[in-house]
Amino acid sequence: MQGDIVLTMRGICKAFPGVRALHNVDFTLRAGEVHALMGENGAGKSTLIKVLTGVYGKDAGVISIGGREVAIRSPQEAQKAGISTVYQEITLCPNLTVAENMFIGRDNSILVPWRKRAKRAGEILSGLGIPARPNQQLGSCSLAVQQMVAIARAVDMDCKVLILDEPTSSLDDKEVEMLFGLMRDLKARGVGIIFVTHFLEQVYAVSDRITVLRNGELVGEYEVEHLPQVELVAKMMGKELQGLSELQRDDGPEDEDSVPVYEAEQLASSSGIAPFNFAIRKGEVNGFTGLLGSGRSESVRAIFGADRVSGGTVHMDGKTVRIRSPKQAMKHGIGYLPEDRKDDGIIADLSVRENIILAMQVMRGFFRPISRAEQEKFADEYIRALEIKTASAETPVGSLSGGNQQKVILARWLLTHPDYLILDEPTRGIDVGTKTEIQRLVRKLAEEGMSVTFISSEIEEMLRTCSRLIVMRDRRIVGQLRGSELTQDNVMRTIAGGEG
Amino acid sequence: MAELMKKTKKANKKNLGGYAQLLVPLLSILLIVVFNLFRDPSFFSVTTTTNNLGNTVLAGNLISILNSASELAIIAMGMTLVTAACGGQDISVGALATIAGSVFVKILRGGEITIGSIVVGFLACCAVAMLFGAFNGTLVSVFRIQPMIATLVLFTCGRSIAYWINGGATPTISSPLITALGSFIPGCPIPTPIIIVAVMAVLLALLFRFTTLGLYTQTVGVNQRAARLNGISPLVMKLVSFMLLGVCCAVAGCIGVSRLSLINHETMLLEIEMDAILAVAIGGNALGGGKFKVSGSVLGAYAIQALTTTLYAMKVPSTDVKAYKAVVIILIVIISSPVVKQAASRLWAKTRRLTAAKAGKEVSA
Amino acid sequence: MKRNDKSLRRREPMTDTMLLMTITIAIFFAMYFAAMAIWGGGFLRWQRVFDMLNDNAALIIISCGLTVVMIGGGIDISVGGVIALVVMSCVVHLNAGGSILSAALLAIGIGLGFGLVQGFLISYLEIQPFIITLAGMFFARGMTTIVSVKPQKVAHEGFKLLMKTKIEMPWLGYIAKKGNLVPARMEIGVVVALVIVVLVFFMLRKTKLGRSFYAVGGNSNSALMLGVNVKRTRFFSYVLSGLLAGIAGFVFMMHTGAGNASNASGAEMNAIASSIIGGTLLSGGVGNVLGTLFGVMTLATINAIVTTSGLRDPWWQEITVGALLCFFIVLQSVVLTLRGKGGIRQMIPAWMKLPGKAEAAKPVEMAEPAEGPAEEEAGE
Repeated sequence: MQGDIVLTMRGICKAFPGVRALHNVDFTLRAGEVHALMGENGAGKSTLIKVLTGVYGKDAGVISIGGREVAIRSPQEAQKAGISTVYQEITLCPNLTVAENMFIGRDNSILVPWRKRAKRAGEILSGLGIPARPNQQLGSCSLAVQQMVAIARAVDMDCKVLILDEPTSSLDDKEVEMLFGLMRDLKARGVGIIFVTHFLEQVYAVSDRITVLRNGELVGEYEVEHLPQVELVAKMMGKELQGLSELQRDDGPEDEDSVPVYEAEQLASSSGIAPFNFAIRKGEVNGFTGLLGSGRSESVRAIFGADRVSGGTVHMDGKTVRIRSPKQAMKHGIGYLPEDRKDDGIIADLSVRENIILAMQVMRGFFRPISRAEQEKFADEYIRALEIKTASAETPVGSLSGGNQQKVILARWLLTHPDYLILDEPTRGIDVGTKTEIQRLVRKLAEEGMSVTFISSEIEEMLRTCSRLIVMRDRRIVGQLRGSELTQDNVMRTIAGGEG
Repeated sequence: MAELMKKTKKANKKNLGGYAQLLVPLLSILLIVVFNLFRDPSFFSVTTTTNNLGNTVLAGNLISILNSASELAIIAMGMTLVTAACGGQDISVGALATIAGSVFVKILRGGEITIGSIVVGFLACCAVAMLFGAFNGTLVSVFRIQPMIATLVLFTCGRSIAYWINGGATPTISSPLITALGSFIPGCPIPTPIIIVAVMAVLLALLFRFTTLGLYTQTVGVNQRAARLNGISPLVMKLVSFMLLGVCCAVAGCIGVSRLSLINHETMLLEIEMDAILAVAIGGNALGGGKFKVSGSVLGAYAIQALTTTLYAMKVPSTDVKAYKAVVIILIVIISSPVVKQAASRLWAKTRRLTAAKAGKEVSA
Repeated sequence: MKRNDKSLRRREPMTDTMLLMTITIAIFFAMYFAAMAIWGGGFLRWQRVFDMLNDNAALIIISCGLTVVMIGGGIDISVGGVIALVVMSCVVHLNAGGSILSAALLAIGIGLGFGLVQGFLISYLEIQPFIITLAGMFFARGMTTIVSVKPQKVAHEGFKLLMKTKIEMPWLGYIAKKGNLVPARMEIGVVVALVIVVLVFFMLRKTKLGRSFYAVGGNSNSALMLGVNVKRTRFFSYVLSGLLAGIAGFVFMMHTGAGNASNASGAEMNAIASSIIGGTLLSGGVGNVLGTLFGVMTLATINAIVTTSGLRDPWWQEITVGALLCFFIVLQSVVLTLRGKGGIRQMIPAWMKLPGKAEAAKPVEMAEPAEGPAEEEAGE
């Protein structure tokens, strides 16, 4: 299936003031292959993609398409050169219709041929099996469908090079499978696909070749068959892998008689999850698992009062309490690290210091500000303790890398010394090294007596970290696994709907 | 990675200790000062004269700038808060100040004017202004309407409400007490409005010092959802910012009324909303909300007034002042535009490289 | 294939733009008919409608410009000032012996000039539109008094004739008390305004540039990624607004025939209000000029009603307009919030819906059309 070389990038260099983002990177893409571009955060994947799509200019290097050297100065020029990109975040206009989103910015007719477009869009959408109607307002589609519309757009542009930049991070398994089907279909048509993702399994499920970057430099290009998963991780991290296997699960206290730190009965919220019962003991690490959209995030949001709580009773340390808002939850010693770091977590423009002390400040109250000296003390303490990589405590948190932002939010909650900490996807989109660090930290906190609820999309990680798993499907709890029941097989079967 | 560019820009800003944003208003003031130095050094002379009440008072262009910028400076303080919390501007401040002034006049006309009745009048007009502020705030926070649109309501009908309160005409109040408020307190050479601005600034500074208003407002302005999840209610903070702006408007309204000893609902503080927004922008605050510095806005207010006073001193007819003001504003924003800054720094780097290369050649030669 | 066509023709839920516009038009008619029923008299005559159009032709034109700018996510508050400047300059020019044609060119030139400069500064130098157009307004108002502080009246005979020229429509006239037919009269300015509404409507709906305005206003980042030239699109929105302000100035002059420094004061806010009432969102991406036309008419009707209904005190007019504006923006907010939550269908609790993974997790759209392609396969 693989054919001629469609795209070569030679000696690409790109520097930002103070940072060398790309140094002498080569990349080759053949027609009809899926080429995974791998690397930890900060390895230069996104920069390389942005250079290729004309979002950034390159400092040095040559890009040629179909053997001809091209200069790409803007996304439009990239499109003209046959390079289409589908980003992780939806880059379509929600206020336009599906058909418009598929055609805008790419034809030169002054008048918009509405009817022709709708017809053509309908054909493409049904051809690819995408459940969207051409004249529907895009904003009324689900995120997954919006992403597929973006791909449909790229497909229809007869692109030679299709870049998928973490397209799967908001899709559930079924949708990912659908996407892979689409990718194989495109492969057969001779499109070269650059696939950027954090999910290793997906790389092996669909890719032909892998290019690994590290610290802005090329590590190498490999055939998938010749690069076992462990070696890939090693190449990405630049060291032999050990941290991951070292971490052994500790089953935690199994003391059934102790009073739970937190206990909810028939808790329900406005997000449409079924009322559920839930309890966690002192020093326990448990987790909600299930597919994306199964209600695991909604459950913890209900616990924290982030969604409107519509029913149920809550006991903490045996006493009945009322938790209807995040503030009340905080007052009762609950901390919550949200799933969506950018929108719900960080206050991007404020400094690391302000981000760290925020939750503690709120708990102290409006009229009792923490003095500047104390703030700096706390910030420095946690920057050191969690090894947050930042220029100073005054750096805006938005300028840190994803992993370090996550650590800042973690620091924010640790500073409040919660009895019960909820971590929703703390490791999503962060590099493998930081992931392991966070997992270790969670175990350590539990040993010190904190109760932790941990949510992750990666079952393996959940199995390593949690001593009890609550399995959800279709917005309701369908099973609980503990101790020896905790195997990947068991979890999968429960999620899929075997005997739970 | 994606935000690397922004990252470095912000990092650079940070190195100046967070005060970088004061650069623009200070530079604008400096520019006007230098211009005046060349034009007419006597512009800066401060003299003492005796006013018609027999008080020895300070006079001169500088005093006049500080004095006439008072209302603007006070409103700019509140406007900064609203801008930071809501990411939008209140265009009803002029109307709101007029309503507050009307209430003040209405109460003072109800009986003999004493210090007590002035205090009652002031408190009443604060209450009314806070109420209207809360109305704006409710539209913005509960109904999630953009501030400029929400305050368009009061902008449209506020002055008519002020008219209605006093039942037409341009009611006057005359009392030495009111004159003292609007111009000079006997025995004090500094115009009272300047003192009021100073008092407001101190009060606001205390508010920031002894509450977490600043942090909460910025948090809400940068990321509402995260603010809520950290126990800060964006709704309340927005409402509070609008109510504080209401108080600022009430103070400005009282000053405005006291200056003239009357209220004219059509002309009082006309177009001050435009100047206030401008002051916030010149003060280096993002009009999209988030981080803010009230001091920047106050400096911005004085920069605007300095410009106006300079133009008057140059015998520009008052009706034409706007045109010149516009030109200066455009120059300031062009200079402070990030695009222009970037281009300038690129050019700078290039010339430096060229000269360095030249120097290198000379050395090797 | 046939089935496919059918599914295309299936009625889609209204877009936000359509929904807001429909509400406005419905309220306008309800209000107007209510006025006809309660006060009768002038409201029963077509001339009342044409009077409202005659008085507001210039406002309609600048509102169109503002609608376009607001759809593109910007704001232009210089338009009122530009009108004043255009009127003053043209009157002075005509009185100095200029021809009507050169006056018209002057009007368009001034408008375009403002549009080009403001557009360039806003889109290419990325300066806040509010600040730039505010400065533009100051500049225009200041220049107006520099051109002439004293009010000026047009003395040009040809232009006076043009002002008096009205289009008579006897079939829409009414029988006066004396029994003679008084035809409905419409000024030329109204024709210009209506032509502009139609042109802008067509431009927004049918042209590439028009759709680009929506894309840029909806999400400028996405628009850039989709290959829309965001800067140029923004630039054009301000150029268009400036041009329309110039034309509006000329139309304004044809209505009043006099230059005055306070001409069209507050017109920018009226135009913004009209656009909002017509369903344009200041946040961009949503709006329609047809709605804007009805926005202007709604404001005019309210004013007419206030005058007719005997609220003679001078403050009532503005207070009612304010209340109306308040009503509309709250209504829009509520409507859009309800839609944002997915409308009524989404408010049904989960347990009442049919079981099914995709449906429970995603908005309803997931479940329905998923059958579409499957059906088609079966058909083929």
